[in-house]
Amino acid sequence: MDWTTIGTVVGSAALLLGCLLTLVAAIGLLRLSDVLARMHTTAKPQVLGVVLSLVAVGIALQRTTDIATLVAIAAFQLLTVPVAAHMVGRAAYRTGQVDASVLDHDDLAEKLAEEERSAG
Amino acid sequence: MNPVVIALCVGMLTVAALLALLRVAKGPTMLDRVIALDVIVAIVVIGLCVEAAANRHATTLPVIVVLALVGFVGSVSVARYASKESAAERGRR
Repeated sequence: MDWTTIGTVVGSAALLLGCLLTLVAAIGLLRLSDVLARMHTTAKPQVLGVVLSLVAVGIALQRTTDIATLVAIAAFQLLTVPVAAHMVGRAAYRTGQVDASVLDHDDLAEKLAEEERSAG
Repeated sequence: MNPVVIALCVGMLTVAALLALLRVAKGPTMLDRVIALDVIVAIVVIGLCVEAAANRHATTLPVIVVLALVGFVGSVSVARYASKESAAERGRR
């Protein structure tokens, strides 16, 4: 086994895994019941799936400038996807689209009630 | 890159995109659609990565940067808009 073969195998595996994660995310998006559950199933493959396919591109290209761009994209994705998911989850909670009956414990409701008591 | 791997990747991405489109069509709320559209943007990014890895070129990398940026701005602004709309509705009730 030389390095080219190993690179091809690792790159192919990363691409396949990234695509598989995206497929799992789409299935979860369709099957799960509620905004928060859907958000959770899509946010994680959005990070790991994209990062894995970027790794595959980096292995295929093997040029320093391209790899720098890919690292920048991966870092940006790692920063923005959790922020976007958090914003969507916050909007879902504030607009009352979260089903309280599926929650085990609602810390935020207690906190908000406490703040309302101290304000009023 | 092995053509079988590329075909498998394209197939999985196609199915995933169709399922996400179904969620966009069904809704039921605006936030569900935003999440599904985020997934579609991620699918397009991964598709561009598959194409770049298969043909060994770097011409689509700027497109990937722009897509990652636009997807973030879009979902955050829709989330802000949704919460503002609900505050107005709460005021009316």
